[in-house]
Order: sequence, then structure tokens, then C-alpha cells
Amino acid sequence: MVKTLDKVDVVTVGVGWLGGIIGAECAKAGMKVVGIERGKERSTADYLMVHDEYRYAIRYELMQDLSKETITFRNNRKMRALPMRQMGSFLLGEGLGGSGTHWNGHTWRFLPYDFEIKTQTEKKYGKDKLSADYLLQDWGITYDELEPYFDQFEKTAGISGENKNPFAGKRANDFPTPPMKKTPILRKFEKATSNLGYTPFMLPSANLSETYENPDGQTIAACQYCGFCERFGCEYGAKTSPEITVIPTALKTGNYQVRFHGNVVEVLKEGGKATGVRYIDTQTGEEFIQPADVVVLTSYVMNNAKLLMVSGIGEMYDPDTGRGTLGKNYAYQILPGATGFFDEQMNVFMGAGSLGMTIDDLNGDNYDHSELNFIHGASMSITQTGVRPIQTNPVPPDTPAWGPEFKKASIHNYSRTLSVGGQGASIPHKENFLSLDPDYKDAYGVPLLQLTYNFTEQDRNLHKYLTDKAKAIMDEMGAKTTVPGNPLSDYDIVPYQTTHNTGGTIMGASPDDSVVNNYLQHWEVDNLFVVGAGNFPHNGGYNPTGTVGALAYRAAEGIIKYSKAGGSLV
Amino acid sequence: MTKDNNGLSRREFLKTTGIATGALVGGGVLGSLITHNVTKDNVAGTGKNEAGGEHVGDVFRGRMFFTNVNEFNVLSEAVERIFPEDDLGPGAIGLGVPYFIDNQLAGNYGSNAKEYMKGPFFAGESTQGYQSRLTRAEIFKQGLAKMDEEAKKRFDTGFASLEGNQMDEILTAFQKNEVEMKGVASEFYFKLLRQATLEGAYADPIYNGNINMAGWRMKGFPGHQMAYIKEIENEKYMKIEPKSISSMEH
Ligand SMILES: Cc1cc2nc3c(=O)[nH]c(=O)nc-3n(C[C@H](O)[C@H](O)[C@H](O)COP(=O)(O)OP(=O)(O)OC[C@H]3O[C@@H](n4cnc5c(N)ncnc54)[C@H](O)[C@@H]3O)c2cc1C
Ligand code: SF4
Repeated sequence: MVKTLDKVDVVTVGVGWLGGIIGAECAKAGMKVVGIERGKERSTADYLMVHDEYRYAIRYELMQDLSKETITFRNNRKMRALPMRQMGSFLLGEGLGGSGTHWNGHTWRFLPYDFEIKTQTEKKYGKDKLSADYLLQDWGITYDELEPYFDQFEKTAGISGENKNPFAGKRANDFPTPPMKKTPILRKFEKATSNLGYTPFMLPSANLSETYENPDGQTIAACQYCGFCERFGCEYGAKTSPEITVIPTALKTGNYQVRFHGNVVEVLKEGGKATGVRYIDTQTGEEFIQPADVVVLTSYVMNNAKLLMVSGIGEMYDPDTGRGTLGKNYAYQILPGATGFFDEQMNVFMGAGSLGMTIDDLNGDNYDHSELNFIHGASMSITQTGVRPIQTNPVPPDTPAWGPEFKKASIHNYSRTLSVGGQGASIPHKENFLSLDPDYKDAYGVPLLQLTYNFTEQDRNLHKYLTDKAKAIMDEMGAKTTVPGNPLSDYDIVPYQTTHNTGGTIMGASPDDSVVNNYLQHWEVDNLFVVGAGNFPHNGGYNPTGTVGALAYRAAEGIIKYSKAGGSLV
Repeated sequence: MTKDNNGLSRREFLKTTGIATGALVGGGVLGSLITHNVTKDNVAGTGKNEAGGEHVGDVFRGRMFFTNVNEFNVLSEAVERIFPEDDLGPGAIGLGVPYFIDNQLAGNYGSNAKEYMKGPFFAGESTQGYQSRLTRAEIFKQGLAKMDEEAKKRFDTGFASLEGNQMDEILTAFQKNEVEMKGVASEFYFKLLRQATLEGAYADPIYNGNINMAGWRMKGFPGHQMAYIKEIENEKYMKIEPKSISSMEH
């Protein structure tokens, strides 16, 4: 028996950063909001024993329970897709705050170029820079239009940074808090990249440099550089996350409620409108319908796409014909880099998730690609996040992987190794997409999402070019031996890479080539909003959350407008 | 951005293990060092017992998973080859790695509790990762038995009584995927064994490995520290006495 609950103004599926932002903004505007979250409640009080690499970083304490749900993966359409049985390439979130609990906090604005990538590429390099197999398209919004929302996200989060990146889009305001401390390791990078003619600057960080009160009255503490940030919760409340910012803001209004242990299995619709969602209480097995005037999917890239697919909303992308938009333009990231082995020991175990310096000279279209066989690029950074002993066993090439030589070399090099890494944009390709798996199901009997992805020629060219640049930086930093990353071969779901998946529910200016408009309102079902990095028509050379946070503020504005006037917002 | 050094892909793993050149660490040197073997019969004064448990003061350390002493001995000798005692400090046995692995196999790790274990099962490409219907507990049981079997086949005696270089030969055969296993590739089992050894050497001591934080001390990792805000800008490398989260105070 399915039980139908009382109708609310807004229901969000999932309560991470984006569910939190939508919840807070709509609740502040007086709307009744329910967030349905499949995971459990948690707060800073749960992170007091968090300095435990084994439990949190290796065994993924805070992340998705894959026994309930995962995705299936294949490199191409000829391969049989198989389940990602263990967490690997990316780490999916679960529980209050989602991945916003255990993220690093690198908080970027995508480049103005990113939002108009097709137009700008064609203008500068002609129509044939890339083959027609690459699905470049503009986002249907410009950087300037999005700037106020970037500003709002950064103010809510209290981002620490310095406005010294010559390639960044124009900012109306400076960063809310000053940059983090510049350590000897960062200074090495600063000096080397300056010598090479680049422009280094402090990485914009959600690990705050000082105590900060945001416009909603929430206080975020100052970072202690404890070195347990990435994959961990912050026991100080110093890493901006949804559970210390937007969620308490939403709750304070009295208009917001989170329902935990609720796994949404379907978006319900009738006559071209969404009527609510159906979910399963994972503790009792009971089924509920939560009716709502507005349904908002904030369940991350993967489940946003999956829920639309299983609910039959929108036309599935077909790689043979190029028709359909749902599942199209999935993209990941390319990680060129180089590792340097030094003679001197450094305090590598100290740090913070976003403690770093970056150069943007090799990102986006910040350099001329006329003679290059790829577009876009990567931000190149050094980060000092606090390296942990289980995961960090750097050995020079030709060292055996076990036994006495390995032991000696890994211990010797643990505190003598640095890496420079790039986050490169993966450009969407017609053969890379999301769909539903025909064979495998989740714990609730719903098909798993299927990922078909491989690196392409463009990715390999970008990777090669930037790996050489990373090596040059590492050499200039004074490494005794520099080891460049291996050439890019096939995408492999096993080793961790980044949790920066994009696409599948892309935004744009027309229903012909996008799933949602630039308020993230579904083109076909106007009271349904889909919010996530799945909205990105292509991936960029940065971490996604700054940009998707801005889009969420834009979506919230749209939802509030819609609740008054209805209809299409564009 | 988040980058690890551990999650070597199979491809990279094979590359870094020197398989192409066949370069392998010479054995023998350490055979004589494994005298503190916790699994050998009663060593006077330490309270070690026949079952392989350890009772020192008010610390009771025992096996939660393995019931067979020989199996545990095979595991102990194998992990010591992977992470041997040397002039830097203890090896896997001295660090308690066999107990760490035993205890982990008895819990969520051993039963793959947070992993997708539904069928159907197909072998798949290496880029698709783990596709076995076996749990880690089952893989370890089978792998250790296979190592013993392989020892008897090649050297007429059980794995635990081999010379160091003979053990290395067998470990290498598993690493190179030259041994038939059921439902899993031997190279995968080897990778699991190697990874679990490093985990036991460097996890917080609350998990019964990294005894006395000796693994951390060798590496210069200070374990759980509340804050480095005062030291983070220092030019000088700092040696800090490590702390376990068991001593965490807020
Ligand atoms: C280790 C790590 C480090 C990272 N570092 C950075 C960084 O430095 N900078 C950066 O920009 N980004 C970083 N990211 C990425 C960042 O965390 C994500 O972009 C961001 O948190 C996504 O927010 P979200 O709200 O879209 O999704 P999530 O945080 O994933 O939240 C979605 C929520 O929805 C819930 N949910 C999903 N499906 C359902 C369902 N069917 N029913 C009910 N609930 C459901 C989930 O349980 C989850 O809580 C990192 C990620 C990881 C894993
Ligand atoms: S490094 Fe800073 S932000 Fe990160 S967990 Fe430690 S105190 Fe918190």
C-alpha cells in the first residue's frame, strides 16, 4: 500500500549542497519545503573521531552504500556494461550534506569562455577545429548573467581567496575572506611558475582562512590545517558544508523539513506536470507519495539523470541518430600531472583540502590553440592536503611494488615527494553518454544507471600537452627526479580520479539540444527543476561545485518566480 | 581536485611491479629475521599461545576470522615478505598486520557489506574492476590455501616453512597471474593482499595493526593531531611524536 502524504510547495530529492541551497532559498521565501534524503542525519558532532584514514578514506565511511545502488559501466557500446561493484573512480555521496560533507572545498567559477564555448571556438578557430563527433554547445547563459549567483554562493560559503587570477571572469566583489596561509611547499610552486612566465595565485578555498559569519547568520570557523579534509568531515565546522550553512538556514525558517532514509524511486506526473515523488522508507520498506507543486531533483548527476529516465520524462539520447537529449554530453576530467622526488623532507602531512596555488595560463582558451590539436586545457595546481600513509607510497619508477626495496623507497620518499596536477576538461563526444541498464537493478528494483565512457583523441592530446608542461614546472621546482604521468589510455573505473562527473541533464537555450532551460527548469514539465553538475554541457578545467552552486541559486530564483506566475521562465 | 597514489590501475600496477623485467627482490636475507613470529609456538615470556593469540597485560589480541593456525601462519609469512622487517623498523608481523587482516576479514570488509554483490557475474575488462561473486573473506581463504598448495607442489613443503626466496617465487607467480584460482584472478588476490598489508602497517592502531604506531614512526607520519595552524608555515621539517585517535580529546 502506498501512503499519500500532505502536499507541500516544494520537494527536493537529496539533501547535499544543491538540495540545501534550494531548501534554504525557498523556505526563506515562505514556501513549505521537504527534502527527501536516502541517507542519515549527521552534523559536526559526528566528526569528532574523523582523523582516521582507514575508516573514512579507505573504507569510505561517509559515502554511498553501493550494496543498495551503484552504476554500470562500459568503455564503449560493444562492451557488456558491468556494475561498479566497489567505489573507485569517483566517490558518490550519501547522508545529510551529500558529498559536500567530505569534499575538499576548491571553489571555482568556470571561465567566461566555458559558457560560450561553441561560439568562441568557431569564431576563433573556425567550424572544423574539432570533428562533428564532439558535441560542443553553449550553455544558454553567459558568465556575466551568472555573476551575481556566483557572488551569492561564495558569500554563503565564505570562500577564502585572492583576486589575482588574470584569466578569471570579472567579479563584482572581492572574496569574502582572505586567502589561506602560503606554505613553503606552495612558495616553491609560486617561484617556479613565476620563473616560467605564469601567474600563480592562491586556490579559492572553502576551508576558511578566518572565522566568518555569512549573510544568513551562519558562522563558519577558521581552518586549523589538520590535514584530514578530503574524504572526511571537519570536526571544527571550518570547512563550509551544507550541514553548517544552508541546511540550518532552511530549518531556522520553520518551513523546512528533511525526511531521512527515504529513497526516491520515481517522479510522478500527470498531464504534463510533475505531481510529486514516490519514495521508499529504507528502514521499514513502506512506500510513500509526497505530492508537491514543484519537484526539484538535487540527487547528484547520476540519480538526476536516472530518475528522469525511469520516470519517462524527456527523450533519451540516441548515439546512432544524435536525437534526444536525456543522457547526452556526459563528460569527466583529464588529469595531466607530474611527480617530483626531492632530497629534502617537507611537512607534507600538514595541510587542508583546498590549501594550494594554481596557474590558469593553460586553462580554457587562455592560450592560443591554433597550432594545437585540441581545445580547452586545465588549471594546474599544487595542493598541500595532508598526505596520508596508507594511500601515499610514492616510489621512483623501476622500484618493485613490494618487498624490502619497496619498503625503503616508499618510506624514504613519503615526505620527499610533491605533485603538480592539472584538472583538464573532457569535451563531450557522441559515444559518451548515460542510459539505463537493461540487466542490473538497485535494492528497490529500479534499473541502475549505465555509463558509457572513454577518453577520446581530444582528451589524449590535451593530456599529453599538459603533462609536458607539468613536468617542466616540477623540474623548475627543483625535483631531483621528475616523473610525468603515464600517457592517457582507456578510462578505467577502478583508480580514484575525480568526483567531477558532468552532463546527462544539460542546460541550454533550446529544447532541441538541452534538457532544461537556464533556470534549470525542465523544457517539457515546467514545475520540474533538475539541478546538478549534470546541467553542464561540457566539463571544465576546475572543480564543479562553485559553478553548480551558482546555478542552484539561479534555479531557486526561478522556482520562487514560478510559484507566483507559473509557466516557462524563459 | 583529489589524487591518490594508491589506486593504481591494474595496468599501472603491473607496470610498477617490475613484471616486465622480472625484477624481483632477492629473498633469503630475511628468513632469519622472522624469529619473533607471533604464530610460532609459545615463545617464553610473551604469553603467546597455541591458538596464535596474544595476552599481554590487559591487552587480549586474538583471531576473529581464521580458525586454522596454518592458514594464519601462511598469511603472516606472506605479509612479512611484502613488508619485511629491516633496519628502519618492524615488518608486517611486528606491526600486527596478520591480526589486522584477520579482524577486518571478520567484519564489513570481509563480507563486502557496502559493495554491489548482485549477479549476474561476468569477467569483464580490467577497466571495469572487481567482478567476482566471492567476498574478500572467501578470496583470502582460497588464496592462502592456494599458496600452500603451490608451495607443496613446487617445494614439497607448506608455504610457512619455505625459505624467503621460495616464498617470493610463489608470491610473484600470484602477482603475475600464473596460478589458477576459482572465481577470481590470482593477480587480484595478490593485489588485495598487498593493499591489506599496507593498510595494516599504517592504519590507526585501534585496528590492531601498526602496533605502537611503529609504522607511522618509520614514515614520519604523526597520526591524529588536532591542528598544524602554528607549524604550517615553518620551513623546517618537523618530527612529531605520533598520536592515535584513541587519545583524541576535544
Ligand atoms: C572526495 C571528494 C572531494 C571533492 N572535492 C571537491 C572540491 O574540492 N571542489 C568541488 O567543487 N567539488 C568537489 N567535490 C565534488 C562535490 O562534492 C560535488 O560536486 C557536490 O557535493 C555535489 O553536490 P550535489 O548536491 O549535487 O550532490 P551530492 O552532494 O551528491 O548530494 C546528493 C544527495 O542526494 C541523495 N540522493 C541521491 N539519490 C537519491 C534518491 N534516489 N533518493 C533520495 N536521496 C537521494 C544522496 O544521498 C546525497 O546526499 C568532491 C567530491 C568528493 C567525493
Ligand atoms: S584542514 Fe581545516 S577545513 Fe579541513 S578538516 Fe581540518 S580544520 Fe577542517
